[in-house]
Amino acid sequence: MMARNLMLLAGAVLIGVAPFLMTFETPPTFDGTDNRGREAIRRDHPDYRPWTQVLWTPPSPEIESLLFALQAAIGAGVIGYYVGLSQGRAQRRDAGADARSTDTRPKVPHASC
Amino acid sequence: MHIMEGYLPAAHAAVWTAIAAPFVVHGARRLTRLTAERPQVRLLVAAGGAYAFVLSALKLPSVTGSCSHPTGTGLGAVLFGPPVMALMGAVVLLFQALLLAHGGLTTLGANVMSMAVAGPWAAYLSFRGVRALRGSRSLAVFMAAVVGNMVTYAVTSTQLALAFPDPAGGVWAALVKFLGIFAVTQVPLAVMEGLLTVVAMNLLTAHSGDDLAELATMREGAR
Repeated sequence: MMARNLMLLAGAVLIGVAPFLMTFETPPTFDGTDNRGREAIRRDHPDYRPWTQVLWTPPSPEIESLLFALQAAIGAGVIGYYVGLSQGRAQRRDAGADARSTDTRPKVPHASC
Repeated sequence: MHIMEGYLPAAHAAVWTAIAAPFVVHGARRLTRLTAERPQVRLLVAAGGAYAFVLSALKLPSVTGSCSHPTGTGLGAVLFGPPVMALMGAVVLLFQALLLAHGGLTTLGANVMSMAVAGPWAAYLSFRGVRALRGSRSLAVFMAAVVGNMVTYAVTSTQLALAFPDPAGGVWAALVKFLGIFAVTQVPLAVMEGLLTVVAMNLLTAHSGDDLAELATMREGAR
């Protein structure tokens, strides 16, 4: 299962790296599709004016990447905690089961007490 | 798939919000009941939400030369059912709208419909469909994540096409245009999310069998 998981992860990484190994007719910008969607609206509907603004914009790209990193870090932390806890629980339960099945000592209390 | 703040006409924004709201309320009720009846699975639920939180924060490069992000809602939809993901997806989208200037409050309803309602339902139905056709569980999980991801972006494209029909070709031409922007970029990212979600499910099966069994008994009880 471990080997299979590693292969699946390697496949995911490969897909992520592929765009950098390809050749493009025009140099790729790797901008976001959300922005491209907005640009398409602006181009074809130049009269449209957004009627609301976001309440708060991160003051700089650095702050924005901080918040994105924070979002990923919080999520990864929760997942890591859960996976670690589950693995520990499973190990402890297996260890307990092993101890019971391999315990060959007599189950009688000590004669001296 | 985030429709930016102000980029849906007011009437569209209101309609999508009105459609999305009941799904989120229903999801909140479902989640409350789930954690009250099965307190053991609380952490698993948190981890399922965290998975969507992480994946939707990762903007990944695609072979089209642009970047987009997975949704991460397929795993939770398969584990807890789509209604729970309506709430979790809404929380993720609200966080991004308020703190990251990504998406918006007026477009929250439309974005909830694509990422937190349509995507999870498509994921769940794909999972059940592959299982009904006797496909392996890994294949079912893979297809759930891939289809959930793609459907999310297809719905976004439809929402934008309805709001901004092409000046010459109308809604259909606009749909083709927005699908060209969103869906094509999304194909490799959807496959990537599919692979990651199979790994996540493998890890859960290996180490969290008790929690999964708890969820399974609950689903049988609900039937």
